[in-house]
Amino acid sequence: MAQSFKFELVSPERLLVSAQAEAVVIPATEGEMTVMANHAPVMTTIKPGVVAVTLSGGKVDRYVVFGGFADILPEGCTLLAESAIHVDEIDRADIARRIKAAQEDLNDSVDHHARTKAEEYLGQLTTLQGAILPA
Amino acid sequence: MPSLKDLRNRIASVKATQKITKAMQMVAAAKLRRAQEAAEAARPYSQRMGAVLANIAAAVSGDDAPALMTGTGKDDVHLLVVATAERGLCGGFNSQIARLARDHIRRLLRDGKTVKIITVGKKGNDILRRDFAKLIIERIELREVKQVGFVNADAIARNITQRFAAGEFDVCTLFYSEFKSVISQIPTAQQIIPASAPVVPTADVSASSIYEYEPDAGQILSDLIPRNISVQIFRALLENAAGEMGAKMTAMDNATRNAGDMISKLTITYNRQRQAQITKELIEIISGAEAL
Repeated sequence: MAQSFKFELVSPERLLVSAQAEAVVIPATEGEMTVMANHAPVMTTIKPGVVAVTLSGGKVDRYVVFGGFADILPEGCTLLAESAIHVDEIDRADIARRIKAAQEDLNDSVDHHARTKAEEYLGQLTTLQGAILPA
Repeated sequence: MPSLKDLRNRIASVKATQKITKAMQMVAAAKLRRAQEAAEAARPYSQRMGAVLANIAAAVSGDDAPALMTGTGKDDVHLLVVATAERGLCGGFNSQIARLARDHIRRLLRDGKTVKIITVGKKGNDILRRDFAKLIIERIELREVKQVGFVNADAIARNITQRFAAGEFDVCTLFYSEFKSVISQIPTAQQIIPASAPVVPTADVSASSIYEYEPDAGQILSDLIPRNISVQIFRALLENAAGEMGAKMTAMDNATRNAGDMISKLTITYNRQRQAQITKELIEIISGAEAL
């Protein structure tokens, strides 16, 4: 059995998960990464995507996160998400609303840098929409 | 001297008022519990954010630090974000915050600084408008919002950082009321831009040096700081919500008690007057009988 470590998923409104996990897949900005026990200390930003947590019992929980960052230490992993929802509770309208907001941000952005950022975020959201809403 | 009927009406109206204040007190108590729960639920995030920020700020050297942290190097234009409640009837809650802000504004103006104000909440705007109508550049109302969410705080934070990016101000201070207990809320001023890095406990410094950053530390930090501002504002709004309800509860408790006192006083007057009237009538009958 794989070693377990402490995993916490926190959103500004509440603490969503605080449990022992075997592996956590994090959608980091530079690509997906799987965190297991005794991982080297890493701090990374995350993009909108799905976090898959394999709990010590072998049960897999999925959460949709919208940006944030992760603080990974050998003994634990803390994911600070800007907003996080369990995958069962997500609905199409919510994502559509976020995409619309991102689109507006894009239209409002004035300088080049902000524009690139907004475009990137919008792209990530659209990918996410395609990925988790199969039908 | 009011007549017996006047007194009766008066007592009835005070009783009705007492019922209302009693109900408001109970509503405030229920809302206070919810607000406190929300504030508690938000605590882990801000705590961990603080820890991470302290770690990363230690890793990023002075030159790489984003402008939000170092400031513009000037201290001429001050932006004050004054967060108050949307409703009154909560004792000195709103005026306390407004007073602190007003003192601060006066001091800044005396020093020849430029002051801009953003008010969050209707009441603060009402109070500050009297003296500083020209300085208020924007007012944000959260009247429609039932429970303050992170999105509300985030929108305000974004508004502020955009103004900062546009060079509209140099220093930003947030005014809110810290929730100490139900009976005591302490108006607080907190500087959010330039952000002061939390102090790192020395034991953690060695840990931070072995961190890997993805992308690099500077980029994470520049992503983190605006987020931290949102968190600070969110925390302030939650503290305010809890404080408002606490203050309202105390104020309404006082009002209910005052109404009770008033009722007993009025009842005594009423009884006394009724007795006087009876006595008078008796005297009239007796003196009438004696005259015969």
